[in-house]
Amino acid sequence: MGTEARKPPPQIALKIRRVLGGKTGWNGIAVQFAFAAVLGWIAYEIISNARANLENQHIAAGFGFLGNNAGFDVNQTLISYTGSDTFLRVFVVGLLNTLVVSVVGIVFATLIGFIVALCRLSPNWLVARVGEIYVEVIRNLPLLFQILFWYLAVLAALPNPRQSISLFGIAFVSNRGLVIPRPIGESGFEAFLAVLVFGIVASLALRVYARRALFQRGQMIRIWPYVLGLLFGLPLVTMLISGLPFTFELPQLKGFNFAGGSRIIPEFVALTLALSTYTAAFIAEIVRAGILSVHSGQMEAGSSLGLSRGTTLRLVVVPQAMRVIVPPLTNQYLNLTKNSSLAVAIGYPDLVSVFAGTSLSQTGQAIEIIAMTMGVYLLISLITSAIMSVYGWRVSRSLGA
Amino acid sequence: MSDIASPSFVRQDLLDERPAPVKTTGFIGLVRTRLFNSPTNVLLTIIGALLLWFTIIPSVRFLVVDAVWTGKDRTACLAENAGFAVGACWPYIQAKLPQLIYGFYPEAERWRVNLTLVLAVVLLLPLLIPRLPSKGLNAGLFFFAFPVVAFFLLHGGGIKGFGLSSTADLLQLFDDSIIGAGQALLSLGKTSAAAPLLWVVGNFIVLVGTAIYWLIFPLTWLRDQLQGTGQSVWVDFAITAAIVSLIAFVLGGGVRTGVRALTSSIATFVAIAIVIELMGLDHGGLPIVTTNLWGGLLVTLVVSVTGIVTSLPIGIALALGRRSTIPLIRIFSIAFIEFWRGVPLITVLFFATYMLPLFLPGNFTVDGLVRALIGIALFTGAYQAENVRGGLAAIPRGQGEAAAALGLSWWKTSSLIVLPQALRHVIPNLVNSFISLFKDTSLVSIVALFDLLGSLRASFSDPKWSSPSTAFTGFAFAGIIYFIFCFGMSRYSLFVEHRLNAHRRN
Repeated sequence: MGTEARKPPPQIALKIRRVLGGKTGWNGIAVQFAFAAVLGWIAYEIISNARANLENQHIAAGFGFLGNNAGFDVNQTLISYTGSDTFLRVFVVGLLNTLVVSVVGIVFATLIGFIVALCRLSPNWLVARVGEIYVEVIRNLPLLFQILFWYLAVLAALPNPRQSISLFGIAFVSNRGLVIPRPIGESGFEAFLAVLVFGIVASLALRVYARRALFQRGQMIRIWPYVLGLLFGLPLVTMLISGLPFTFELPQLKGFNFAGGSRIIPEFVALTLALSTYTAAFIAEIVRAGILSVHSGQMEAGSSLGLSRGTTLRLVVVPQAMRVIVPPLTNQYLNLTKNSSLAVAIGYPDLVSVFAGTSLSQTGQAIEIIAMTMGVYLLISLITSAIMSVYGWRVSRSLGA
Repeated sequence: MSDIASPSFVRQDLLDERPAPVKTTGFIGLVRTRLFNSPTNVLLTIIGALLLWFTIIPSVRFLVVDAVWTGKDRTACLAENAGFAVGACWPYIQAKLPQLIYGFYPEAERWRVNLTLVLAVVLLLPLLIPRLPSKGLNAGLFFFAFPVVAFFLLHGGGIKGFGLSSTADLLQLFDDSIIGAGQALLSLGKTSAAAPLLWVVGNFIVLVGTAIYWLIFPLTWLRDQLQGTGQSVWVDFAITAAIVSLIAFVLGGGVRTGVRALTSSIATFVAIAIVIELMGLDHGGLPIVTTNLWGGLLVTLVVSVTGIVTSLPIGIALALGRRSTIPLIRIFSIAFIEFWRGVPLITVLFFATYMLPLFLPGNFTVDGLVRALIGIALFTGAYQAENVRGGLAAIPRGQGEAAAALGLSWWKTSSLIVLPQALRHVIPNLVNSFISLFKDTSLVSIVALFDLLGSLRASFSDPKWSSPSTAFTGFAFAGIIYFIFCFGMSRYSLFVEHRLNAHRRN
């Protein structure tokens, strides 16, 4: 009998259409062609204009300038640098300065942020209000305003080096920056360092072992005395055996400035202060929201299981809050790194300041320099977002399991 | 037995009154329950009080008690002359106030700035109060009419033509560029290996360009005729008004339903005519004040309002593009958004200042302020796109599907059904973006524009007013202004959020 179902029509054309043009099919393909034509036209205009303009200004395009001598000095360098080094070296110096100020800023911002968040959550009315005032004031003032305030008003109002404020006779604050003792390695330094690294690695291994014992065999191991011994006891013993690992060179006032010790330039101090206090206000709000997002029933459930308040917080509330806190917190860290580019306003030698600022005005290679600068920040944020999507995937997997 | 024993005890007299329960409300209750209820809390309270004591008291002393209120120059603000440790030096702010608000805007023309600000407030306030009617007209005036009027008020200058001439100019520029591209390909084809292909493509592009040239020929011819007449602006205006009104009439439904579109179009053109006549745009307009004279709060407000007005359409377009099913458009939107969100604003401003001029034709110079505005619009647009996308994701699929079932096109579904709901959802987020935009405008001072912060910084270097408290006074003043704007906006955002979530409250 001829009642067999008809074969479905071939779907190949449909599939191609779907891949090329999305849901809208041939219309979509037409739109894409028009769009590509417009993009191509814009790209052509940009390239031809840029070529004509560069020719008029007698600027050779390309990255050859990176090998030329920079010929200017940078007042804070982590790696050795002199004026006769190349622009590539300037780029690295600036990048390292950006990373240093970001890392220091992130550490302080996290500390202050968590403290302020705890203040805002405190049952004490006055402390909660103090935290709230801090957050409202800091969040509603521009970051650049705060950087300039610290740099031009507060740090500039400090006394000159001769009348500098002494902190216990070892560190000195003046309008030329902060001078702190410099550690100088002695003979026992290598041994000390090796023991310290060993202690950290061993503590981490111990923690992994203890967790495994807990999860697989249900066996509780108390590890903190061993960790304490590994981290502090062992280095102390090494110090007793092989002598002090390093001594401090104290800064001395000589003439109009300090000799000895290491100097932290005021630009760095102002930038770190402003960045960490500003980002801390945002971190405080994130942490507060994260902790409030954990249902109060969780706390009650923990205490009905017989856990103490501290244990409930540590084992029940904080892990759940961290899931909410970590993504926006990472975002704030990223913002801090990007905001460190405001250093250019006060002359801290970060990437934007020495590379997109000084180097650009010396070479005139606007396209290459700005593309490199933007590329660095773009790379940092893309890597961070990749790590964050892995984190999100792991969290959702652990929730699903 | 029925003898009921007399109750063993019957109280004969009233009990003494029990003491009132410990108060848990009001100020005393607050002090008892939340300040001094445990040793730890007592300690915390003392620490908090000390913190406030060491911040609030010195601030108040600096701003009010120890402040100098009158004086002619720095000598009034020196401790030797005042006789006490001087706090804020307010005469310095009084002397610098015009610079902090208008920059170097000529004194005789400052009424234009004031008028623009008044216009902005008059248009913005009814937009922000939810109870007032005709939001559509109001938003149209604020987002479309106001920027144009504000440009001619602040910058000055007149117009040489109207819609017809500018359309013809624009189309001709576009066409010239296409023909140029085709000819470049043809000349390249003479030497290159892929000569035949380039020859075909180049000839095709030139052909398209020539076709467009003949297509727009009536427009350009009309424009050239108009240039000859004395009243080119008004003739052009009349022709444009007639054409646009006719199109509105036809598209609005012809004789049957198009009258409404026709009247609103005519009303719009009458309003435009009144504005042109009032400001004398047809014969030169107001004297031109170039943007390098602008400064202070004026630049801050211009940059932030322009950023707000331009970033929203960019954001909506990108958000819709990111949700589009057409692959190329989606990929482009994602790349565009992620690029601008991945770089700091300061590099965007450097890009706009140093790179953008290289990308434009050599004879085409762009004003420094406009360059910064372009950078800020792109940057903020990417952030707004993510906000809008959040709102679009919150709208149930059924809304779009219902609209499609009613036979509405994609454009109508988006503009009439999905976007209005999505945008209502994200008003608080949009306002928060505007707050950060307002704060970020201070960055333009790095690329040599004198906004409020830039003017403030410039005023520090005036030797006439240099004193130990000058910097602190300036920062206090600017800080108060920034705080008022940002705090006001954030409260407004909370208010809207509260209103939007009214159905969820219990």
